[in-house]
Amino acid sequence: MQPLTNRSKQVVKKEMTFAEKLYLPAIFGGMIITFKNMFRKSATVQYPEVKRDMSPNFRGQHVLKRDENGAERCTACGLCAVACPAEAITMNAAERKKGEEGLYREEKYAANYEINMLRCIFCGLCEDACPKEAIFLTDRIVPTEFDRDDFVYGKDKLVEKVNERIDVTKRQTPEVLEFKKNKSLSHNKI
Amino acid sequence: MEAGLLFKIILVVAMFAVSLLVAMYSTFLERKVSAWMQNRKGPNRAGPLGLLQPLADGVKMFMKEEIIPNVSNKALFIIGPCVAMTTALMAGALIPWGGDIELWGRTFTLQVADLNIGVLYIFGITSLGVYGIMIGGWASNNKYSLMGAIRASAQMISYEIAMGLAIIALIMSTGTMSLKEIADQQDAGLANFVYQPLGFLIFLICAFAELNRAPFDMPESESELIGGYHTEYSSMKLGLFLFAEYINMFISSAVIVTFYFGGYHFPFQNEINEALGLSTTMATALGTGIMFLKVFFFIFFFMWIRWTLPRFRYDQLMRLGWKSLIPLAILNILVTGVVMWMNGKIN
Repeated sequence: MQPLTNRSKQVVKKEMTFAEKLYLPAIFGGMIITFKNMFRKSATVQYPEVKRDMSPNFRGQHVLKRDENGAERCTACGLCAVACPAEAITMNAAERKKGEEGLYREEKYAANYEINMLRCIFCGLCEDACPKEAIFLTDRIVPTEFDRDDFVYGKDKLVEKVNERIDVTKRQTPEVLEFKKNKSLSHNKI
Repeated sequence: MEAGLLFKIILVVAMFAVSLLVAMYSTFLERKVSAWMQNRKGPNRAGPLGLLQPLADGVKMFMKEEIIPNVSNKALFIIGPCVAMTTALMAGALIPWGGDIELWGRTFTLQVADLNIGVLYIFGITSLGVYGIMIGGWASNNKYSLMGAIRASAQMISYEIAMGLAIIALIMSTGTMSLKEIADQQDAGLANFVYQPLGFLIFLICAFAELNRAPFDMPESESELIGGYHTEYSSMKLGLFLFAEYINMFISSAVIVTFYFGGYHFPFQNEINEALGLSTTMATALGTGIMFLKVFFFIFFFMWIRWTLPRFRYDQLMRLGWKSLIPLAILNILVTGVVMWMNGKIN
């Protein structure tokens, strides 16, 4: 059979020589190895101060986007909840009242919207399912909590703040960006 | 007399303080050395460079919940760590830390007690050390602890024999049992390890076994006996057990240095002291500094070995002790005797 690598070694069980039986040369050799390693660069990343670069398509904590005017894009269609293989997303829909046009983009909106971060597997299928470009996964890491209930994120944590928008351009494919430039499509109207 | 007593008291207190301080920072150094050898950084958060880590560890140990098992023998359970700690601290009294110093117009020696049977005293005290572990392991009423205690006593008794035999050859060649005289004999000439290389090697290996340090850490064996004799211990009682090991490491490094590496003497010391024009006190301070450097090297050496070698199997440990080290030590005595006879030192 062809070996996968050339690193395999034939095991030989032979009598040890006197020098090998003494073990001292072997111990000394081991000590040289450990001593050399003392001067190697340590592999540690000092986490809170230094953060490792993330993959450009890292999928972390979700964001519910607002449109250019600050209105929530989500219309509570439920496609993300249907698409979610982990059944982490729940929502309740409500109808937009008069005078709330600045808050919600379309007539229907999500009165509450919850993602259970412990159930979520961060697959990104909710992104793919969303017809309104409302939900995106970002490069933020979901922080640790002491209680399981605290991992159920509501709209307070998911919807982006009007004054601090969250950049999701990394999650938008060139095709989507090209599509968005076409203002004639109703989807892209402000 | 008054000044002499006062000096001794100061020296005893200083001895304790230094032992504890060195042991404290040995725990820190151990973690650092292990980290460096494994390409990690080690503790670096508590204080600058992590230097306050031992304090944090101590506080942690004190704050932990104290658990004494219901089925344990409570008196012995408490005595165990006390014995381990006391015996660890007692051996330091015999180490000559330096030569003479001049204070208040009088001359003092930097040694708490210069017994003419100092070597025997050191051996007696280190043999008592096993009682702390035995009592602790037995009183816990736990099979892992008992296994650890049995291993500890078997191991320490086995290796004490080889250690004693190695020392007999040293006593033959030096002709004294006083630690100060052994140190002073290496003053001008070569250090003892040149005359007793095999004896030194046997003593060093046995020191590892006596200290229960890797590769001889059978009594603890955290991976198979869950800590061995200190499985049931918690809070500062556990801390005392662990701390006693580091004090022992410091003291046994000092003993090795005194026996085989010239103690507070160093090569060309008379020439260097004359060239620098040092007074007696300053020369002693220099010698003590050099001694501490040697001791720290051996502490580092203990750690170096620990993070290099894996643990022995129990039968391997016993075979090494009884079938290799003891015959070698006896051979060493014979060779020493023959060489001394050929040099006309024995008639």
